[in-house]
Amino acid sequence: MTLSACIFTLIFLFSLGLFAWRMKSILAQIKLGRHTSRNNRGRDRLKTMLLVAFGQKKMFNRPLVAVLHFIFYVAFIITQIELLEVFIDGFSGSHRFFWREGFEGFYVFVISSIEVLSILTFVATLIFLARRNLLKIPRFTMAELKGWPRRDANLILGFELLLIFFIFTMNTADEADKTLRSGVGYGFALSQYLGPLFFSRVHSSETLHSIALVGWWGHLLMVFVFLNYLPYSKHLHILMAFPTTYYSNLEAKGKFSNMESVEKEVKMMLDPGADPYAAPASDTPLQRFGAKDVQDLTWKQLLDAYACTECGRCSSVCPANQTGKLLSPRKIMMDTRDRLSEVGKNKMNLEDGKSLLGDYISPEELWACTSCNACVQECPVNIDPLSIIIDLRRFLVMEESKMPTELTGMLTNIENNGAPWQFAPTDRLNWANEE
Amino acid sequence: MSLKVPTMAEMLANGESVDVLFWVGCAGSFDDRAKKITKAIANILMHCKVKFAVLGTEESCTGDPARRAGNEFTFQMQAQMNIQVLNGYEVKRIVTGCPHCFNTLKNEYPELGGNYEVLHHTQLIQDLINTGKLALEGGATFKGKKITFHDPCYLGRANEVYEAPRALIEKLDGELVEMKRCKSNGLCCGAGGAQMFKEAERGNKEINIERTEDVLAANAQIVATGCPFCNTMMTDGVKNFNKEAEIQVLDVAELIAQAADL
Repeated sequence: MTLSACIFTLIFLFSLGLFAWRMKSILAQIKLGRHTSRNNRGRDRLKTMLLVAFGQKKMFNRPLVAVLHFIFYVAFIITQIELLEVFIDGFSGSHRFFWREGFEGFYVFVISSIEVLSILTFVATLIFLARRNLLKIPRFTMAELKGWPRRDANLILGFELLLIFFIFTMNTADEADKTLRSGVGYGFALSQYLGPLFFSRVHSSETLHSIALVGWWGHLLMVFVFLNYLPYSKHLHILMAFPTTYYSNLEAKGKFSNMESVEKEVKMMLDPGADPYAAPASDTPLQRFGAKDVQDLTWKQLLDAYACTECGRCSSVCPANQTGKLLSPRKIMMDTRDRLSEVGKNKMNLEDGKSLLGDYISPEELWACTSCNACVQECPVNIDPLSIIIDLRRFLVMEESKMPTELTGMLTNIENNGAPWQFAPTDRLNWANEE
Repeated sequence: MSLKVPTMAEMLANGESVDVLFWVGCAGSFDDRAKKITKAIANILMHCKVKFAVLGTEESCTGDPARRAGNEFTFQMQAQMNIQVLNGYEVKRIVTGCPHCFNTLKNEYPELGGNYEVLHHTQLIQDLINTGKLALEGGATFKGKKITFHDPCYLGRANEVYEAPRALIEKLDGELVEMKRCKSNGLCCGAGGAQMFKEAERGNKEINIERTEDVLAANAQIVATGCPFCNTMMTDGVKNFNKEAEIQVLDVAELIAQAADL
C-alpha cells in the first residue's frame, strides 16, 4: 500500500466513524420521543416518499427556486458516481479507475454531465448566496435566523463553491496533463476547453499532475468535511427528508391526535356501571398530559425537527406570522431541534432545569396559532409544526390551567351549556321559529 | 317565516326514519347571522323533500374548540356524549353547515366509536342539483356579479374539499373569481383553533383584514363562505374597509337558496 493510500484509508475511516458516532447520538435523541405507530400503509408511505422527497413534488409550488434546488439535487446524486471513483482511486492508488478501454465514450459522457451540472450548481449557489444576503426576502431575515442559522446557510453554500472549485481543478489539470503527454485529452465537456485555457503556460506534466492531485485531495477532504458537518447543520435534511416523508401523517390534516388516556378516563366517568377501583393498575408509566419538553413529543415530531432545513415556507404562509404575531412555525421546529440536541449534549439528561416550553417556546407563540394547517400544507418535506403547537397547548391547559381568560370562559360554557357561548341548550331550536 | 323542522326524537316517536341528520352546530343555532345560513340550508332540504331531522335540544358542541384550545377532557366529554346520542338514533349520515363540526364528526369521532358518513352542506346541495332535485330558477340573479369563494381551513386544507362549493357557485349566473390565495393556499380568516373565542395575540394587523385585502384585490362583489366563523370574520373585515354597500358576505347555501327562490 502506498503512503497516499494509507493516509486516504485513515481519513476515510476516521470521517466515516465520526459521522456514524454523531448519527447514533441523533438517533438516540429521536428515540427519546413517545411512541406513535407509523408502520401501516407501506405502499402509500413509499409513494409519498418517492413523490415528495425523491421527486421533490412540493418544491415545485415555487417553480424558480425549485429548478435551482433541483440542479443541486441532481448534481449531488450524479456526483456520487465520481465520488465512488475517487474512493476506489484512493484505496487502490489507481488513476481514474473507471476510464477503461472500450468505455471511454460512456466515461466522458458521465464526467461531462457532472461538469455541466457542477457549473450550473456553481451559478445556482451564487444566486442563492445573493438571494440570502442581498435581497431582503422576509423569510430569510426573520428573527430566528439571526446568528448561527444564517452562518450555517452561508457556510454550506461556501462548501459547495469550494467543492466545485476542486472538481474543476482536478479535471482541468488532468485534461491539460493528458493532452501534454499524449496529444489528446479526455474530452470532458468543459475541462477540455478550460484546461488548456488555465494551464497554457504550464509545460511540465509533473506540475499539472500535482495540481490535479491538489484538486483530488481537496475534493475528497471537502466531501469528508461536508459529511461530518451535516449532522450539525440544517443541511441534514438531505438525509432526513426521506424517513420524515416516509413516516408522514397520511390522515386528514384536520384530524388531531387522540389522547387515549383521557379517552379512557372520560369513558369511565360516563359509564354509570363502571367501578373505578376495578380497573387494573396500568403497567404503562404515568405520562404528562401534552408536552412540556422534547421527551413528551413523539419520535416523529423529533425526527421532523432534524429534517427541517429552515427554508421558512411554513412561516411565510402562516396567517399569524404574516400579521406580525410572535408565532413562526419554523421557529417551533428549530426550537424543538435545538432543545433536543441540547439534551443530547447533556448526555440525555432531561433534568437540567430547562424545558422546550418556557425556555424556548413561549405561550404567546402557541396562542397565536389558528390551526389552519397552512404550514403543514406548505412544508416541502411534510413536517407538521401544528401537532407540536397543540401538544404544548395541551400541557399548558391540562397540566397548568394556563390559557387566555376568554378561553376559560369558552370551555366553561361548553361544559355547562354544550356551546362555546352562554346560551341555554333548550334554545337550540329557536332559529326555526324566528323571523 | 317559521319552519317546521322535525327532530330526531319526533321522527323516532312517529316510527319514521331519516336519510340524513342535519347537524346545525352551535354557531348555526345561536349566532344571529349564522341562523340565517341554517335556515337557508333547512329550506333547501325541505324544498328538495330530503328526509332529514335535527337533534334540536339534544345537540351539543362537538368539542372542536375545546380540543383545539388544548382541553382534551372537555373534548372527550362532548364527543363521547354526542356519540351516545347519535348511535342511539342509529344515525348513518350527517350533513352540517360548519366545517369545524364536519371535520370533528368525520375525522375525530370514528376512533371514539362514532362512524358516520359526514357531508358538508355544499356537498349535499351539489348532489341535489346533480340529481335534478334542485333547480336554480325563478330566484335572484347574479348576472355581472363577481363571486369569490373563501376556503374555510377545516373544509379545504384539513379535508381537501375544494370543488363542491365552487361547482355550486359556477351554477349561478355570476362569475367565479379566485383570490390570489385560494384552495390549498387559501389564507385563514383568523377564527380557527379557538381564536374565535379570544382576542388575537399582539401583532400589527388582524388576520381578517389581511384576508379582506385579498377580496378587494380580486374585485369581488360577493364573498361566498362555507363556514359561519369565516362569515363573521369576513363580514367584519368588509365593514372595516367601509365596503358593506359594495361587497356582500354570503354563505354558498344562501346564494343557492336565493337563486332557487327559496
